[in-house]
Amino acid sequence: MIDPLSVFLLLLAAATPILFAALGELVAERAGVLNLGVEGMMITGALAGFAAAYATGSPMIGFLVAALAGATISLIFALLTQVLLANQVASGLALTLFGLGLAALFGKPLEGIKAPAMTPGPLGINWIVWLGLLMVPLVWWFLNRTRPGLILRGVGENHDAAHALGYSVRGVRVAAIAFGGAMAGVGGAFISIATVLQWTEGMTAGAGWIALAIVVFSNWTALGVLAGAWLFGGVTVLQLRLQAAGVSVPVQLLSMAPYLATIIVLVMISARQKLSRSAGKASPGSLGQNFHALR
Amino acid sequence: MIRLVPRTETSTMWQVATPLLAVLATMITGGLLFAVMGYDPVAAIRTIFWDPLFGMASSYSRPQLLVKAAPLILIASGLAIGFRAGIWNIGAEGQYIIGGITGAAVALAAYPSEGMWIFPAMVLAGALGGWAWGMIPALLRNWFGSSEILVSLMLVYVAEKIAAWMAFGPMKNPEGFGFPGSRNLQQYPPASNPELIAGTGAHWGVVAAAIAILLTWGLMNRHIRGFHIRAAGLAPRAARFAGVKPETLVAFCLGLSGALAGMAGLFEVAGPAGQITDSFGSGYGFTAIIVAFLGRLHPVGILLAGLLLALTYIGGELAQLTLQLPAATVQVFQGMLLFFLLGFDLLTRFRIARRIAA
Repeated sequence: MIDPLSVFLLLLAAATPILFAALGELVAERAGVLNLGVEGMMITGALAGFAAAYATGSPMIGFLVAALAGATISLIFALLTQVLLANQVASGLALTLFGLGLAALFGKPLEGIKAPAMTPGPLGINWIVWLGLLMVPLVWWFLNRTRPGLILRGVGENHDAAHALGYSVRGVRVAAIAFGGAMAGVGGAFISIATVLQWTEGMTAGAGWIALAIVVFSNWTALGVLAGAWLFGGVTVLQLRLQAAGVSVPVQLLSMAPYLATIIVLVMISARQKLSRSAGKASPGSLGQNFHALR
Repeated sequence: MIRLVPRTETSTMWQVATPLLAVLATMITGGLLFAVMGYDPVAAIRTIFWDPLFGMASSYSRPQLLVKAAPLILIASGLAIGFRAGIWNIGAEGQYIIGGITGAAVALAAYPSEGMWIFPAMVLAGALGGWAWGMIPALLRNWFGSSEILVSLMLVYVAEKIAAWMAFGPMKNPEGFGFPGSRNLQQYPPASNPELIAGTGAHWGVVAAAIAILLTWGLMNRHIRGFHIRAAGLAPRAARFAGVKPETLVAFCLGLSGALAGMAGLFEVAGPAGQITDSFGSGYGFTAIIVAFLGRLHPVGILLAGLLLALTYIGGELAQLTLQLPAATVQVFQGMLLFFLLGFDLLTRFRIARRIAA
């Protein structure tokens, strides 16, 4: 029999990379920025974090460096979309393509090396998993109960109004993009340092795109992001369990499950949002639109 | 202080100049990157951009230019039409893989019969496979409003898994000594996609790419649907009032780009790749996005951009051989190219003016 607690712990771990990346993207999108570069920022974090953890022997330093690397590379996107007013969809894609290439280029010498061991945290659960869980109420609290959070939401809902009130639309958005980058970086590093325990090219395998889908699923709420990440984690663990149990379905078809589940959930959610759009609860008003102040 | 003044019309001069500027900036930044990594920057840039065309082994590498450019141009032509309408098909890589599989399926089913019908049927099957894969995000968007960006992208990963399944399962070569991968179609004449004119690298995919360029030009400039597409991209609400149905455009654009990507996949599996393997996806579907943007979503631009990016592939391989440059360098180059292009694009839409002190 499968022990439910151990399955839940596996689910928590499988959900963590997506949880971090999706919480970061949630904040960016609430500020009105659609950053499709999550996958690129995650892989950058996965490589930088792994390299730092290996060089210092400290996984925690690895995660710190991953956050910095993710934030740094996200600033390219910020420069393109906030200063040079480039299209957000295209810039995000560029960030993903660039990040995947850059990580593959600099990751070559690190292939085949094992990650330093992490000391388990409370209840035998990785500290970063705990941190991810803690980030959910923190992000919720920031967005809904603080003044900067209110300003951020205002910028995302209607950038012209926020500008007229004297808030720096560009400043808020750059900060939100950098936060998203840092979170995606930590999420990516969780894959290389805590899950796979080594560096391989393209190891994020679409996790960044799933995180983007989960933000839609969450209806742009922190609690919804947690639910989405757990749903994804559940499907992943189930799929791995079925593989291990030697179910007669080919392994390659089983490993499609997380992607198919993401599509199915995305469709169900968008159908619901399409119906309830008149009720008002949908994406931030200025999402994906660039802001240019004429004066 | 400087400030940006929006132009009333996009500047044609800058539309042509910015891609060139972007290439130049990529070469300079790339050179700096090579220098940091401890390579000779001048030699590296020359190996990537000059030697494949005019260097010592150029008679060998020049035909490769058409081989690599054809799928890029074929896919990018379709993508550009959608991008113009604001429909973002990011999953061309998946449509390419599925087109390769459905096309190869016809050949594998027909094996070992000989027949003139086999190759045309494969092309049709490849196009249909890509079309069907592209219609999934289109229909899901039309029926449920789900993002075509995310759905088409998820389907890339699903397509990769299907390719792996095919290579290890249903399509595995029964005479392959247990190795994964389908029969090699290059060794099955009625299904192979050989070089048409010796020494040029031109195969049927090159012919298809040339036709695609002409047809998309005709569509965008001489057909009412092209007008609708441009209208929908520039002013969606106005286009709607003018009677343009967004649902029809979504299905048309995703279907068309899917079919073209599927054909590119078929020409690849019947030609240069030869077989369906678990790594059949080659990244052409993603690079084609760069080609579309660098080519300004314009057929002639796409032709030139496709050739340029093909050059980076070949030059990258050459640099890998002669300078031991890592394979991923090309990817970094392509990413940088898109960054610079998007950045310089500012100049097409804005004028830079000096801010007058109040």
